[in-house]
Amino acid sequence: MTELVATTPGLFPLPDWAKEELSDLKGHQKSDLVSGDEGAAIADAYDQVRTELVETQTDAGLDRVTEGQGRWDDMLAHPLAVHDAVETRGIVRYYDNNNFYREPVVTGDLTPSGDVAAELDAAAALVDGGLQTTLPGPYTLSDLATDEHYGDEFLEAVAEFLAAEVDAFPDHETLFLLEPSLVETAPANGVDERASAALDTVAAATDAEVVVQPVYGAVEEKTYAHLMDADVDAIGFDLVADHEQNVYNAQEYGTTDSVSLGVVDGQNTLVESPETVRERFAWFDGQIAAEFDTAYLTANTELFYLPVNKATAKVEALAAATELEEVEA
Amino acid sequence: MTENREQFRPADHPTDHFLLTTVVGSYPKPKWLNRAEDIHADEEYDFTDEHLHEAHDDAARVITNEHERAGLDAVVDGEMRRNEMVEFFAHRIDGYEFNGPVKVWGHNYFDKPSVVDEVAYDEPWLVDEFEFTTGVADRPVKVPITGPYTLANWSFNEAYEDEEALAYDLADLVNEEVEKLVEAGARYIQIDEPALATTPDDHAIVGECLEHIVDGIDDDVRIGLHVCYGDYSRVYPEINEFPIDEFDVELCNGDYEQIEVFADGEFEPDLALGVVDAHTAEVEPVEEIKENIKRGFEVVPPEKLTVSPDCGLKLLPREIAYGKMENMVKATREIEAELDAGEIEIGYAGTAAPADD
Repeated sequence: MTELVATTPGLFPLPDWAKEELSDLKGHQKSDLVSGDEGAAIADAYDQVRTELVETQTDAGLDRVTEGQGRWDDMLAHPLAVHDAVETRGIVRYYDNNNFYREPVVTGDLTPSGDVAAELDAAAALVDGGLQTTLPGPYTLSDLATDEHYGDEFLEAVAEFLAAEVDAFPDHETLFLLEPSLVETAPANGVDERASAALDTVAAATDAEVVVQPVYGAVEEKTYAHLMDADVDAIGFDLVADHEQNVYNAQEYGTTDSVSLGVVDGQNTLVESPETVRERFAWFDGQIAAEFDTAYLTANTELFYLPVNKATAKVEALAAATELEEVEA
Repeated sequence: MTENREQFRPADHPTDHFLLTTVVGSYPKPKWLNRAEDIHADEEYDFTDEHLHEAHDDAARVITNEHERAGLDAVVDGEMRRNEMVEFFAHRIDGYEFNGPVKVWGHNYFDKPSVVDEVAYDEPWLVDEFEFTTGVADRPVKVPITGPYTLANWSFNEAYEDEEALAYDLADLVNEEVEKLVEAGARYIQIDEPALATTPDDHAIVGECLEHIVDGIDDDVRIGLHVCYGDYSRVYPEINEFPIDEFDVELCNGDYEQIEVFADGEFEPDLALGVVDAHTAEVEPVEEIKENIKRGFEVVPPEKLTVSPDCGLKLLPREIAYGKMENMVKATREIEAELDAGEIEIGYAGTAAPADD
């Protein structure tokens, strides 16, 4: 019997009071965004944000609870954007969205920073169990950044950097590695294999279950085949953006023992019912011969695209879906 | 040349040549108007809707006059009554709902609306605004409208099969609005489609939307399309097929690197060329702007060139915005005189390859 686990990729929208308070405290320009050495007033505001985001998830009844990543001004580029050996330059488009982040340019050695670990330490104190950590996958982070230091081995360097960050994490149940770039900027021949090896590097740094979650559609067949070689516990499928190609990949090349299914749309305010969430799981389950150990039911993207009320409603739908009696597709 | 541009030539225009000068639309709001809007939103103050309406009228009057003082041939009220280019319209269209702000970048947010039902036309969006502005203006008034593709693309779509279907329904509403504006006397409409720059593969959808928008609209009415900050090679030459009189582009910001995209000698509509940068807080000198204007002749002859800033000026300090308009008009009038005198060689692609500089 497959265990259903309700979760999200994290990166929640800031509560509306925090949107205002933090923009007053920090400002609106690119030089005003988080640097990793914020002052006390800003740190206090983020502590409050973290508490609220954890509460939202716990109150909804999610099985895994993230830190919420309210501080990640630059979305998945955050771990580099706050690093001392990285310059943040112009504002660049975040994939095919009307969102922008500061281009992180790596100019020196990516030594362990402990930035994300510090957030997780604070979150761990608020969570009774089921802490989930979230990071960009190494391929995605290297794709979002510009390298002026490493050269040909940049992807591997980013993987080592992420592994060192994970090494400093407190105990956690699950590590989500988000890999939108595997879909949006498909890795070239040879790079796909390295992207998979880079995932191994990061996954080896934790005892937790590791989920690699492509976003905004399905990865190409060849990328998928390499992904299946990666030493991760679950591969993710964005069933909202492209269910057909995703189920094709799974049928053709098999799946990991556990899977992660993007069944709730992180980019649309229409709230799915718990029944719809279960139907989407049942549909996918029905197409695949194998029985999964665990199926993570999640939003297909980060949640910051949504207004707060809708993000919360979607989290509640995910949590409620795992409580339902089994439904037929 | 499209036939409808001569109606914008001022009666006392000093030269034979006429390069139509205008702006994209938005303009810095006077500080006092921002303050008035804040106070109106604050329940502690007794500042009513009527008071705010009066403040908007006053601001529109001042900014329209500011455009005229700068010497523009076609003016706008600086969009004094509008807050944001999607929100403003979504509030006026049935079928939209608002759920709260969403992030664009950093701590910049917008109230991204959701389409929860079939969109429908309720009351006019811009007719009052146009009637007021045209009533206080001595020059013809241009009306910028956020295009249906952008209204669809920058909303959450809960109600339609896909964004394309939503865009066409919205295009029909824009058509209804344009009809009403034309009835009220408007002769210059600009459709703003910044979203096309982010998803240029959808150019056919934008083209179809424009067909809906101009349906039944008299040829006398000048229809412009403004698209900014994108890779124009991905929408050109397709835009040649669009039912528009003018294509308004932002090229100054990129030092005209992209002008070659259009210089194939086949550019169909008039070119409205951005000749001052909307995101640098220095006023370009007249001489520099004149050189920028001449870049336009690589694409079209003078009778097909409109001169405007790259984009809306609203993010600039007001005196800088004014200085840019003023110098832009000066530069244009000097170019016109030099054209009359035969001092400028027109190397536009339609007759000869542009000089290689």
